[in-house]
Amino acid sequence: MSRVSVPCHVKGTVALQVGDVRTSQGRPGVLVIDVTFPSVAPFEEIMFKNYYTAFLSIRVRQHTSTHTPAKWVTCLRDYCLMPDPHSEEGAQEYVSLFKHQMLCDMARVLELRLILRQPSPLWLSFTVEELQIYQQGPKSPSMTFPKWLSHPVPCEQPAPLIEGLPDPNRVSSEVQQMWALTEMIRASHTSTRIGRFDVDGCYDLNLLSYT
Amino acid sequence: MLLTHSHTLLASPPCDAFLRLLNGRPVGEQKELLNKWNEMGTDEPDLSLFRPVYAPKDFLEVLINLRNPNYENGDSLSFRTHLGLIQVPLKVKDIPELKEFFVELGLTTGQLGIDDSTQVPPELFENEHVRIGQKVLAEQDSAAAQQYIRQGSPTALRAELWALILNISSQPEDILYYEQLKTNVIQHDLLVDSLIYKDVKLTASNDDYYFVFEDYLYQVLLCFSRDTSVLGHFAYNSASPPKSYIRGKLGLEEYAVFYPPNGVIPFHGFSMYVAPLCFLYHEPSKLYQIFREMYVRFFFRLHSISSHPSGIVSLCLLFETLLQTYLPQLFYHLREIGAQPLRISFKWMVRAFSGYLATDQLLLLWDRILGYNSLEILAVLAAAVFAFRAVNLMEVTSLAAAEAVLADLSTLKVMPLLQIFLFATVT
Repeated sequence: MSRVSVPCHVKGTVALQVGDVRTSQGRPGVLVIDVTFPSVAPFEEIMFKNYYTAFLSIRVRQHTSTHTPAKWVTCLRDYCLMPDPHSEEGAQEYVSLFKHQMLCDMARVLELRLILRQPSPLWLSFTVEELQIYQQGPKSPSMTFPKWLSHPVPCEQPAPLIEGLPDPNRVSSEVQQMWALTEMIRASHTSTRIGRFDVDGCYDLNLLSYT
Repeated sequence: MLLTHSHTLLASPPCDAFLRLLNGRPVGEQKELLNKWNEMGTDEPDLSLFRPVYAPKDFLEVLINLRNPNYENGDSLSFRTHLGLIQVPLKVKDIPELKEFFVELGLTTGQLGIDDSTQVPPELFENEHVRIGQKVLAEQDSAAAQQYIRQGSPTALRAELWALILNISSQPEDILYYEQLKTNVIQHDLLVDSLIYKDVKLTASNDDYYFVFEDYLYQVLLCFSRDTSVLGHFAYNSASPPKSYIRGKLGLEEYAVFYPPNGVIPFHGFSMYVAPLCFLYHEPSKLYQIFREMYVRFFFRLHSISSHPSGIVSLCLLFETLLQTYLPQLFYHLREIGAQPLRISFKWMVRAFSGYLATDQLLLLWDRILGYNSLEILAVLAAAVFAFRAVNLMEVTSLAAAEAVLADLSTLKVMPLLQIFLFATVT
């Protein structure tokens, strides 16, 4: 399944809050992120890194062929990213959402609106990061086999064996197996450790560093 | 995931900087060590310049200072303030969830540690349980063994059951691998060896139960620190092993090595992870394999910082939450007198209670660790011990007195304590 990144413009987050932002004491619990596309795009997958968002809703505005103005439709409702909004679980995970999880058809998307909710007052801020939208990539072209591969010619009768010599078919298959083994060993770079902790017999150290 | 203080404790070397991190041993010394391999305890090297790299209480200070920069930790006390020492909001189980998780420890299920006591006739539970255990071993079914051992393991079957669960079978390759590690010990002398000697002399040699195994401990731990296969566990451990470069090749990746070779720097009390296993296994290579598997499955979580539910941070938070929720008066009292409960129970949990409980009780506890594949039972037991001694603890007025009440756990019976705390306490 190939996918191609869709170019899009992610606008800054807007906090939704009742009352004056300056005077009210609490922090906003709802944020909105708008994503616009330069051209109408089919939607396949959205991927992002969560940062302390508890619930996600997505609304989409699709392109319609008729002259009616495009309407906003909810395609994902209250998707839970953090099972317990007060604790760390799920708070910094990478999340992928696919077309089949959406409530509506996502063939021609003009704009996306992500509505982030974090009801817990424990967190200073919340958002989603590294937002990326993908559409389905081109299908690989189907291959047609040449005729001699799909319809092999039946093999002809082998020549009679000369007395005293081993069966040439058996010998050739054994030689083939040995050759395949040597090719395998030559090609494989094993990553198993052989237990050596030194470098060419030298383990002369004087510094330790912690990353 | 969380911001942590880097391991500043470990950056300072434990001894005179002149001592090199590794020395090749001269041939005469190699021969001598080989002859003395089975009685290294009789060696009396001068360890006066050494002290342990860090002790559990230093590690606790690091954990106390863990903070999430996105977390509202206001200066004034509010509903957000954690009353215990751990200030990180990880998700921990509460008692209803623990009851579901540890359902086989319930009041209606037979347990070794309770239903095999002398007053209970063995026909009621013990005989049948032993029979099932023998069947599990005959079938060599590892998953069945893990389920079976949740009710405890009969002493005669324990060594084989643990080997079955941990997937240890003594193949000739494993014995050969151990012999190779032994050769590495003979040929090179690591600085870490002195730390191990010091730790064994300070802890296991002074313990009534474990001093007889001193020689085994050297044979296992010296090989352990040279075993590079242990580095594999850093794939799922949030910590990273200390790296170094061959002298003169600083920064060149082809000359990068890990020190010690297994990436694990022993702390004060590390040898206590091995000591109880000496009761079960007498053949050094098998003892070594069992310890190594136990370490990379369970014990490493007890001294690494991570958000894993069995990691030490979650265990500490679980302990404090259980105590606060179900013994609020005791928790408040201890806090008021300056004796935060975690300061007392931390050392129990970091060592998985090794050296604090009687050996038979400790092995029953470790049966359950293997059976449930989780270390949460350590936090539950710590809370259960506090609940058991709550009456005495309510009367103390200082941290030292609280420590004295909880100094001796050797008479405690582990399974009744756990059962009462989880299933028989009115909440």
